[in-house]
Amino acid sequence: MVCDMAIAANNVFRALADPTRRAIFERLTRDGEQTVHALTARAGVSQPMVSKHLSALKRARLVRPRRKGRETHYQARPEALAPLVDWIGDYGVFWENKLDLLGDVLERMDK
Amino acid sequence: MMTTESATRTIVVEREFPHPPEKLWRALTDSSVLAQWLLKNDFTPVAGHAFRFRRDPMPGWDGVIDCKVVAVDPYKMLSYTWVAFGLESVVTFRLTPIEGGTHLRVEQSGFRADQEAAFKGSYYGWRGYLGGLERVVAELK
Repeated sequence: MVCDMAIAANNVFRALADPTRRAIFERLTRDGEQTVHALTARAGVSQPMVSKHLSALKRARLVRPRRKGRETHYQARPEALAPLVDWIGDYGVFWENKLDLLGDVLERMDK
Repeated sequence: MMTTESATRTIVVEREFPHPPEKLWRALTDSSVLAQWLLKNDFTPVAGHAFRFRRDPMPGWDGVIDCKVVAVDPYKMLSYTWVAFGLESVVTFRLTPIEGGTHLRVEQSGFRADQEAAFKGSYYGWRGYLGGLERVVAELK
């Protein structure tokens, strides 16, 4: 499970490292479901590029496609950001535990 | 005490120790003492020095944390980068003398500027479920 979380976090970080992909994800989060056409109109890059970015976001499970008539609509899946939340939580616990150990080590250093 | 500041994605852990800053500084900067409470390492308190911490390997990760010393201000402040799972963060220790001991503040900023922007941009979209998720995760442990 730890391993799955690490891989999932990696995919999410990688997908969001690109500014265009991040902008697409943010728009879907903010404005709701949209078609590739609508996204292309404001993305500042070509439609094939937008489609490519959407594929990367889909692999990271950050967006969900939905076929409607002749067009595919994309929806943000903000719950896919969960691995980031886990990362924050894990490190909080990590440092609490380490500072407990530090306290013990400091006691021993007295002697 | 631990707080996770949602807006900046920074972990802050604070603790008071009944020991002088000089002693705490040794525990933070002497590689062998550091290994006793944090992780195995080849740390040297010299700005620019690259070093590694090692955690137990797990599938998909060799357990290596790549670091580089950012700043060293003896008995007051120590800061280094902390890169694991491809995520770059910065860990900063701040020591403040208090009566009868030292206040230690550990801060880990988990996002580069671009990752942080991504996080802030989508934050409001999922903050509603965050509280519930954190409770679930806490119960899993």
